[in-house]
Amino acid sequence: MSTPAVEISGLVKRYGPATAVDELTLTAARGEVTAILGPNGAGKTTTIEICEGYRRPDQGTVRVLGMKPGCTELRPRVGVMLQSGGIPPAVPAADFLTLLSRFHAHPIDPKALLDLVGLTSVARTPYKRLSGGQQQRLSLAAAVIGRPELVFLDEPTAGMDPQARHATWELISALRGAGVSVILTTHFMDEAERLSDHVAIIDHGRMVAEGTPAELTGSAGQLRFRAATGLDIESLLAALPLSSLAKESPAGHYVVEVPDGAIDPMLLAAVTAWCAEQGVLANSLRIESRTLEDVFLELTGKELRA
Amino acid sequence: MTAIAFEPAPGAAPLPRMIAAQSAAETRSLLRNGEQLLLTLIIPLLLLAAFSLEPLVSFGGGISRIDFMTPGVMALAVMSTAFTSQAIATGFERRYGVLKRLGATPLSRGGLITAKTATVIAVELLQAVLIVIVALIIGWRPHAAVAAIVTVPLLILLGTAAFSGLALAMAGTLRAEATLAAANLVYIVLLGVGGVIFPLTKFPDGARHFFELLPTGALSTGLRSVLADGVAFPVGNTVTLLVWAIAAIALAARVFKWE
Repeated sequence: MSTPAVEISGLVKRYGPATAVDELTLTAARGEVTAILGPNGAGKTTTIEICEGYRRPDQGTVRVLGMKPGCTELRPRVGVMLQSGGIPPAVPAADFLTLLSRFHAHPIDPKALLDLVGLTSVARTPYKRLSGGQQQRLSLAAAVIGRPELVFLDEPTAGMDPQARHATWELISALRGAGVSVILTTHFMDEAERLSDHVAIIDHGRMVAEGTPAELTGSAGQLRFRAATGLDIESLLAALPLSSLAKESPAGHYVVEVPDGAIDPMLLAAVTAWCAEQGVLANSLRIESRTLEDVFLELTGKELRA
Repeated sequence: MTAIAFEPAPGAAPLPRMIAAQSAAETRSLLRNGEQLLLTLIIPLLLLAAFSLEPLVSFGGGISRIDFMTPGVMALAVMSTAFTSQAIATGFERRYGVLKRLGATPLSRGGLITAKTATVIAVELLQAVLIVIVALIIGWRPHAAVAAIVTVPLLILLGTAAFSGLALAMAGTLRAEATLAAANLVYIVLLGVGGVIFPLTKFPDGARHFFELLPTGALSTGLRSVLADGVAFPVGNTVTLLVWAIAAIALAARVFKWE
């Protein structure tokens, strides 16, 4: 277990004049879920397809389970879910899964797996007549049927309804629980935050930030409450520790922040004490931590889903 | 929800099992596909019956219509399966990313090509059985030397190799729609000038020699000389097919793009 699941070092990939991946270095540990997070066009799919052996790097090295991506020895050990397609349109869901199971020495029973991903009722339905979410789930099932050590999932929940997304999250957690290494790409914050041990945020093919979701979001947070409009912010600030910030935005919504520090019980007490003194009833008072979305906005100055 | 143990236990199945599974899946897809069936079974059998029962074309004496038609339709059947049907199926597999997806499974590219070859041979065997049965019912009486037991399969194998190479070269470079159009066009043209239903002897000498150098003409002429004229080993046609087979497979190996 000493070699990492994936080791990317100084990876560069160009398509003509465009640089899709620019000096990317990333290590994905064994047995962990690693999310590559970024907006469309950030280089996520290019990176994952290089790891799968579909594309060659222009510079840098990529090692998957210590080996050259896509080599014969690696193929039984790695499961792949492409972003789209890859399944013959006229072939029924169950037949495709059964076919792939026959390529492996110790496959999962296709029937049980179809059931797990909720496709039993459409087992005989040709791929082209499945809904987008069902197609994604079949593709996910195909990636894990051979009991791989490592799976690459390229936007596994794109096009899924909320139930299917949750079922997919559960499956990914089950993989992690069984010791399978998972590398996934996503542009959903909550997905990365919820599922991953390690998140790499990339934009324009470069690493913007990486770490555990907790490391990335940090301990900084916000205290928010609602109250009557036009409270005296100056007076509130005077009642709070020195480094605190406070603002009313929008009208009637108040935000208190402590840059580089946590919202602690003392601060909460100070805010409520000030409210009591002012005869203000604070409504919907809550403490929120930063989300990956906030981190992304801060680092790139733009919306992740743009 | 069923509980499934996802604990890793990776491993490839034995190669013969992978090839058998892939080939069985491909054969099933082909036999379920209406257009493919039309091309590989219905058209050859209809032509066989129609042109041998009615004097639609005059073959110029000395040979019965069914004795002329049977080898020609066999050549057509080989072309329809190994070339037209395989080119179209592979072109769309490439377009739908199926070849790409299979590239991530333990089935190697060599294994996939072997599976495709096995599929073509399985369909050809089915075609051969049906063509022979229908031909015998119509009254076909082969006039062949004993050596035909070897030369007929040899000609068909060489023809299959040549057509498969051409099919993969086409499917591996052109867009799927272009492959569909071109493969059907080639089928129609070679049906006309491949010695399948119209005797090549009806063409002017120059054209006739050229058409006999095309794979369909070489295969139909070779099969006809073995099955109707009792020739033991049609050297010229065999060499022609061998050259086509080598050239076509070399071309496919060079130009085929998986994605």
